[in-house]
Amino acid sequence: MSDVELKNYNLNFGPQHPAAHGVLRLITELDGEIVERVDPHIGLLHRGTEKLIEYKTYLQAVPYFDRLDYVAPMNQEHAFALAVEKLLECEVPERGQYIRILYSELGRIANHLLNLTTHALDVGAMTPILWGFEEREKLMVFYERACGARLHSAYFRPGGVHQDLPPELLDDIGEWCETFPVILADMETMLLGNRIFKQRNADIGIVSAEEAFDLGFSGPPLRASGIAWDLRKAQPYDGYEKMDFDIPVGKHGDCYDRFLLRIEEIRQSLRIMRQCLNEMPTGPVASLDRKIVPPKRAEMKRSMEALIHHFKLYTEGYKVPEGEVYAAVEAPKGEFGVYLVSDGSNKPYRCKIRAPGFPHLASMNFMAKGHMLADLPAIIGSLDIVFGEIDR
Amino acid sequence: MDSAFWDTYLGITIVLIAESLLVILPVLLAVAYVIYFDRKIWAAMQLRRGPNVVGPWGLLQSFADGLKLVFKETVVPAGASKGVFFIAPIIMFALAMMGWAVIPFGEMAGFQLVASDINVGILYLFAVSSLGVYGIIMSGWASNSRYPFLGGLRSAAQMVSYEVSIGFVLITVLLCVGSLNLTDVVEAQRTVWFALPLFPMFVIFFISALAETNRPPFDLPEAEAELVAGYQVEYSSMTFAMFWLGEYANILLMCAMTTLLFFGGWLPPFQFVPVVGDIMAMVPGPIWFIAKILFFFFIFAWVKASVPRYRYDQLMRLGWKVFLPLSLAAVIVVAGVLVGFDLLPDKA
Repeated sequence: MSDVELKNYNLNFGPQHPAAHGVLRLITELDGEIVERVDPHIGLLHRGTEKLIEYKTYLQAVPYFDRLDYVAPMNQEHAFALAVEKLLECEVPERGQYIRILYSELGRIANHLLNLTTHALDVGAMTPILWGFEEREKLMVFYERACGARLHSAYFRPGGVHQDLPPELLDDIGEWCETFPVILADMETMLLGNRIFKQRNADIGIVSAEEAFDLGFSGPPLRASGIAWDLRKAQPYDGYEKMDFDIPVGKHGDCYDRFLLRIEEIRQSLRIMRQCLNEMPTGPVASLDRKIVPPKRAEMKRSMEALIHHFKLYTEGYKVPEGEVYAAVEAPKGEFGVYLVSDGSNKPYRCKIRAPGFPHLASMNFMAKGHMLADLPAIIGSLDIVFGEIDR
Repeated sequence: MDSAFWDTYLGITIVLIAESLLVILPVLLAVAYVIYFDRKIWAAMQLRRGPNVVGPWGLLQSFADGLKLVFKETVVPAGASKGVFFIAPIIMFALAMMGWAVIPFGEMAGFQLVASDINVGILYLFAVSSLGVYGIIMSGWASNSRYPFLGGLRSAAQMVSYEVSIGFVLITVLLCVGSLNLTDVVEAQRTVWFALPLFPMFVIFFISALAETNRPPFDLPEAEAELVAGYQVEYSSMTFAMFWLGEYANILLMCAMTTLLFFGGWLPPFQFVPVVGDIMAMVPGPIWFIAKILFFFFIFAWVKASVPRYRYDQLMRLGWKVFLPLSLAAVIVVAGVLVGFDLLPDKA
């Protein structure tokens, strides 16, 4: 018998792969259909966001956060706004906080809708994604009506939100909160009632609570492993302490649990949104400190002071006191943090962004090893990876 | 006309070609509209409109797509084995067309509408549809590319697995008919369609047909999320179109087989209901046959829009551990019942 050297099969999964969720490139080593090793290669969408922010004033830096996780842009802005506000020691008026919570939860639903349906698409169910997008489109319209842009909103700004919501918008969002659960239930019956879907996800990519800790998980993947850690409860920010909601947790930490958990999170988000709508206070939506938040246009017509403020804010920007700060929000994908170092000038000295997707993607090899090739898309889908934030 | 001419070689050849064209052209036309039908059903499930731009209600969409593909360049990968690479789609397409030769479309004015009424019709169909896997394996291998290779391997395993249970299902039907001729199979269903007494077999056959034609939930060879497009990855232009046409012609063939074997082919429904049965019988047989095929095609499209995809090992498990024992047991049960109650058809 001759010596035959058996070699594993290397498969280059992506970056132009329909299931790679953007520009993910996985070098996989296959033994037949079994995945022996997965090596995620990142950086194909690297735009140097962190470095660019160092050359922008604090206000100019806001739109960069829309471009990180472009699936739920406002949640990212939220973290940056919180960080700057902490350094400035600036208070956000209550209405501003409520609007922020409302739109953060709206973003969470938008994100989870996209993730759940693409996850379903990854395991072969091609219909839910179109149902989900129909609803997501309505959310995009709500975004647009609030700030004028569907994706790159630049709406949460240090000090509050950019402008007040039109009054009828709140009614429309309220109406949507009533009709949406029906569609969600439809999607649920279509997928969860299907045993093929269960077979494809249950017991795939299991992560125990301890392993989730070690791997630096946060957000839904962490909670699916059974740890009830949610920054909205653990370190409430912007008035989340006033909201009544539950943290769903999973039991097994597999793809199926992560899927179920996101559905439940959508329900909880709807609950929070309803509370926001019912208790929406009146008053200003942004800080009245004119050294931070520009005055209204009408004011500028009357007041010289306001005109000067406007000019200074849109040319030089505001100076932020020296110091460093870390602010994190519970973004739909997990803990999204901004670490800001200010040298007292009008631009951040350093802005480090903690993207929740990064540690999740890094665990790819751990999760996928020993599974079959077909499980790989299921795992990627359940981790909710968006390259805007991972590559930054 | 001088009948002697039609007995010469030239005459026979002309008749053969004419008969083939009479089958192939309508099938190809049907494939074009069935693709349109498929896309429309799929779109309706997904709250979309589907093709609606080319021609009235988008009716010319398939022709526009075909025309576009004709004008594209055929790209051959540098490392491909050229001969096999081109033969693969031809095999796929030709086999899908060949099956139609023995499909009886029904009676019109006392005339059997079938290109060749051979008495081993079922065996022939079985053989032709089994050969289909060669097209896929060859394309997967000849592309010399990794995704197609995996797709080719998967499909080889898949089609062989489901072929086995289809074989046993066919045997149960044959036991009840006592003939391999498809016209006889349909005639044997004058009293009752086989879907009623052999209902479990019908279900197994239909699911196996989905697997056999690589339709969701068994579309593993071309699983988009894993293998991009499986064995079709390296194909372009008409070579790709031939896979596409072959695939849909195969689906139609499978629908036709389901109709012939279990749903009484061209026989009208409700035959024994007094007035309704008479009205139904006024509609010509071929129309019933086509309507039934379209009904099954609708189910194919419906399934496609609603289910996720099986994983490779799950598909194998279903084939070998569920369908094979079930269909094997059914052969024994059906044979036992037929012998025990002396119901065996006397034609055998």
